[in-house]
Amino acid sequence: MTLPTPLAVAFFTALIFIIMAVVSPLLASRQASLIRIAFFFSVVACIMGLYAGFSVVLSGQAETLTLPIGLPDLPFYLRLDALSGFFFTITSLLGLFVSVYSFGYVKGLLDRRPVTSFVVFYNLFMAGMLLVLMADDAYFFMISWELMTVSSFFLVCFEDESLEARRAAFIYLLIAHVGAMTILLAFGILAGFAAGFESFRGFTFEAMRTASIPRSWASIAFVLAFFGFAAKAGVIPMHVWLPEAHPAAPSNVSALMSGVMLKVAIYGIVRLAFDIFPITAWWWGGLVLCLGLVSAVMGILYALMQVDLKRLLAYSSVENVGIIMISLGLAMLFKFHNLNLLAALALTASLYHCLNHALFKGLLFMGAGAILHSTHERNMERMGGLIHRMPQTALVFLAGCLAVSALPPFNGFVSEWLAFQAFLQSSVLPGQVLKLLSPLGAALLALAAAMSARCFVKVYGVVFLGRWRGQGQCQAQETGLAMRAGMWLAAGACLALGVFPTLVIGWMDTVTNELTGAGLKASAQAYGWLWLTPVSAARASYSGPLVFAVIAVVILAAYLVFHSRKGVVRRSAVWDCGYPGLTNRMQYNSTSFAMPLRRIFGSLLIIKETVRPCDVTRPAAFQERFTYEVKVLDRVWYIFYKPLTQAVFWIARHATRLQNGRIQIYLMYSLITLIVLLVFS
Amino acid sequence: MTAGLAVQINSVLAALILLTSFGLLVQRRIYGMLRLFAWQGAFLSLSTAIVGYTAGLHHLYISAALTLALKVFALPYILYVLIHRLEIKRDVEELVNIPTTMLIGIALVIFSYYLTAPIRELSTLITRSTLAVALATVMIGLLIMITRRKAVTQIIGFLALENGLFFAATSATYGMPLVVELGVALDILIAAFIFGIFFYHIRTSFDSLELKDMEKLKEDE
Repeated sequence: MTLPTPLAVAFFTALIFIIMAVVSPLLASRQASLIRIAFFFSVVACIMGLYAGFSVVLSGQAETLTLPIGLPDLPFYLRLDALSGFFFTITSLLGLFVSVYSFGYVKGLLDRRPVTSFVVFYNLFMAGMLLVLMADDAYFFMISWELMTVSSFFLVCFEDESLEARRAAFIYLLIAHVGAMTILLAFGILAGFAAGFESFRGFTFEAMRTASIPRSWASIAFVLAFFGFAAKAGVIPMHVWLPEAHPAAPSNVSALMSGVMLKVAIYGIVRLAFDIFPITAWWWGGLVLCLGLVSAVMGILYALMQVDLKRLLAYSSVENVGIIMISLGLAMLFKFHNLNLLAALALTASLYHCLNHALFKGLLFMGAGAILHSTHERNMERMGGLIHRMPQTALVFLAGCLAVSALPPFNGFVSEWLAFQAFLQSSVLPGQVLKLLSPLGAALLALAAAMSARCFVKVYGVVFLGRWRGQGQCQAQETGLAMRAGMWLAAGACLALGVFPTLVIGWMDTVTNELTGAGLKASAQAYGWLWLTPVSAARASYSGPLVFAVIAVVILAAYLVFHSRKGVVRRSAVWDCGYPGLTNRMQYNSTSFAMPLRRIFGSLLIIKETVRPCDVTRPAAFQERFTYEVKVLDRVWYIFYKPLTQAVFWIARHATRLQNGRIQIYLMYSLITLIVLLVFS
Repeated sequence: MTAGLAVQINSVLAALILLTSFGLLVQRRIYGMLRLFAWQGAFLSLSTAIVGYTAGLHHLYISAALTLALKVFALPYILYVLIHRLEIKRDVEELVNIPTTMLIGIALVIFSYYLTAPIRELSTLITRSTLAVALATVMIGLLIMITRRKAVTQIIGFLALENGLFFAATSATYGMPLVVELGVALDILIAAFIFGIFFYHIRTSFDSLELKDMEKLKEDE
């Protein structure tokens, strides 16, 4: 018996999700068993997808399949190569963890409302993402893309009784569709040059690969497609939907959207820029690099200012997408200048960060969901001391925080370290602008990494350490087994990817080989699996296992020292410096922790601070209590979106004058149109 | 009858059709409008029959007979009954005053002649000179609909417009195939019935047949 090919397995994975989406409404009357059955099959499908993606990347063999459905003359083309296999692995891996987590989380949603629609759209969402990765023609790609977008729209507005969720979902749908339109236009340009518009043949990626496109049109197509994909990926200034949609969506959906859907958008950019058409101008890479830098720095700056945990994580996703874009931009620059090995290095950094970000951001969103589940609170100013209540969640959340802060031995460190290695090599690039840009870019990347660490110190410190800041006693409980299992798995994966980077890079070597014609495997594994040497040992090397071993030994030793005998750890009341009457609200909190950075970078943000006396009858000098309020607004919104929306409303207001409800006027429009057409025909 | 005479007669009928169009445009009494509409139908029917005779196309006789039956007798009668039953005020109110309307109508006629000039050069049909009149009738029909206030006058305008189209079809291409003509005739008849039913309903919901009152239907923001 021969094993089915990876593409067949991948196709059946998507099929299972679609079938589950169709079948779920039949089980609507028995919600508890619906959740069990749906997520059981989801887990099975994800394991199948994981096998398909993993094996295709391992072998590097591309496979194609043509489905006999679709438009006449344009059937659906499917293809699974190393690149789509890599993203398939990301999707299935996080999908697996989130599906395990969802057993518990969705049961919690059941208290408030039936979850049938949730299950349906969850399955469609997964199917959509997987099909996007498999699509090998523009038509099927767009169908899957829309399936992904629309089903995630319904997931965002799942709790549709809240105005906030509906508004967030609308903004998301709007930006996603503007993006989809520009992607469609880009595909149209490519298809036109591939085979003309007489036949549909031009819409296959195969035809686009061999098309000869004039430079200017290639640039237009790239910019259009980049804009569309970047809108989905949340690159500044198209990121405004992210901090709205992520808090509104249920947490497992946020985990998938942030962890996987943004990566699918990045897959689109990589597929287009490295596979479908050659990079014909250096500024493409420069554009991607610059927007990446802006996203990384501004994203994390906004993240630091947030008090809503999920909003903070959303902005942190903007930052991480920025980091991915930085490496991607570098890879494009290297590729344009035919520096294939360096392009492979930068691309590896970028893709590795995709994988890592999927896992740790998925983990963090699952953690946020667990906190939300047990405290019913998203505002960090009303949390605190949860480490005593939810020790396991605290531990896995810490792993996520360390990973996102790019600290060894977790996975975030490896990919950012690789990105720095790529930056340090960029002095070989020709051109004054690039020479100037690369040290500046490296500095900004370092700044973003440092602020990211600060941001997650804040999150962990405020949420889990200290004491409960909310009303009354803390009622939080440790979450259920399924949710913890999902988070533990993700945390374990984060650690494994951080400890064994050499093996991972060896595994994904086929991807860079396919796209840049060079691989890191030979140089990276030159010193065996223990040492990662991306370029050469003389330049830089990192040993995940050794670092992990040292850290583990130190932690173990510290634990032994403090817990070996009784009485070393003593618990007592907080020292109040001689001023009695301390309350829990006097702790350092999220806003105060971010204050220094708010002062330093204040000019980049819109900060509205107000201090109002509580008792208006007394003179200002003799007040006992004040109300302090700080609002940090997104400047991008006011620069790009506010004028745009105002213009649209202005036009709409004036256009309604055409509609005055009088039949004679409408008839006159017909007459005038008729005359004008007759005159100018 | 020679071809030359046929062209002469046809031109006279075209002029009469245009004249009745202008008559519809300026007529202030609703029964007067109905009578003029019936006359227009009669001229149209005669013209169709003459074209059919000179061109030797016998199916045009059926068209002519249909026009005569429908547009001269049936439709005016239906509208007459409608006006009578609904007790519509006999005066026609117009939005734009009559001299201005006439000036616009004249401008439309000149425009039609200007527009059909290249077609007259190219065409070899005996009816080619009447195409401008047909186009003008269509546009004047639209103008009647624009300048009048009552729903009934809208219908008459619409039917005049249809007359223009029919005339255009005969003068430009010796008429449409018989099947199409039959279909159109049936449509017109059914349209008249539907108008009747609608008028009853509109009057019961609005208590009037003034278009002004129907502006309420517009969705307010």
